[in-house]
Amino acid sequence: MTEIPISHMLFVSTALFFIGMYGFFTRRNMITMLMAIELMLNSVNINFVIFNKYLYPEKMDGIFFTIFVITIAAAEAAVAIAIIINLYRSHQSIDVEEADNLKN
Amino acid sequence: MMSLGAIFFYIISAFILLMGILAVTTRKIFRSAIYLLGSLIGIAGLYFWLEVEFIAAVQIVVYVGGIVVLIIFSIFLTQQSGKEMPRTNLSRNIFSLLAVIAGFLLSCSLIHQYGFEAGSQPFDNAVSRIGLYMLNTGKDGFALPFEAVSILLLAALIGCIVIAMKSVPTKSTK
Repeated sequence: MTEIPISHMLFVSTALFFIGMYGFFTRRNMITMLMAIELMLNSVNINFVIFNKYLYPEKMDGIFFTIFVITIAAAEAAVAIAIIINLYRSHQSIDVEEADNLKN
Repeated sequence: MMSLGAIFFYIISAFILLMGILAVTTRKIFRSAIYLLGSLIGIAGLYFWLEVEFIAAVQIVVYVGGIVVLIIFSIFLTQQSGKEMPRTNLSRNIFSLLAVIAGFLLSCSLIHQYGFEAGSQPFDNAVSRIGLYMLNTGKDGFALPFEAVSILLLAALIGCIVIAMKSVPTKSTK
């Protein structure tokens, strides 16, 4: 268990974060952008758990931050999907390039 | 010679990253959701490997059982799920790839320089201890954020209903 250095676990979560970031930059569809955000939030959760378990094992803060982040991610996904469905109703499209009413 | 636990860790990590890459690069939106599901299940497996069983259970219940199902429903409501999404233009792809790789290398070098050292204490995260901290109003209790999050969830619930509700056309009674 301890023969894996902490940095290897942190490399995994860093890689996941930047994969999510790549998806967020390249996708133009709102639902896939939401998925990329979920990946980024999950990588942060992995970081919290690893720091709590290996660096501060006498505390519980990382566990609680993970629980609260998961809760807020659920609320955020629900609100985002409500907005997306409403936007689809008025624009017949969920492409971010087409939701530019405020621009001109 | 690596132990079985270490081999498991690398297998789980490779699975998570592979599913994540497929989720952000595939051009069929429904497949993208299924790959996201695989990645989230892999993360739950990583939590089991780290022996934080409660977080792993929460991950499966909330993400796999809730968020992904919600995303799949919204895909069915808004898209032709078999249709391929249009290709993004090449320059945006290249520049985001460059930005991402630069950020990844920067973070990796920072992590590598810092060189985290693991403590040797055991980590006690029994569910009873989590519950005790969660409702503790004392110095290191989490009762206030717990209540704040519950109000946030209520606000999100009402907000979702209000946003997604069909506006009833106002009929003039005359």
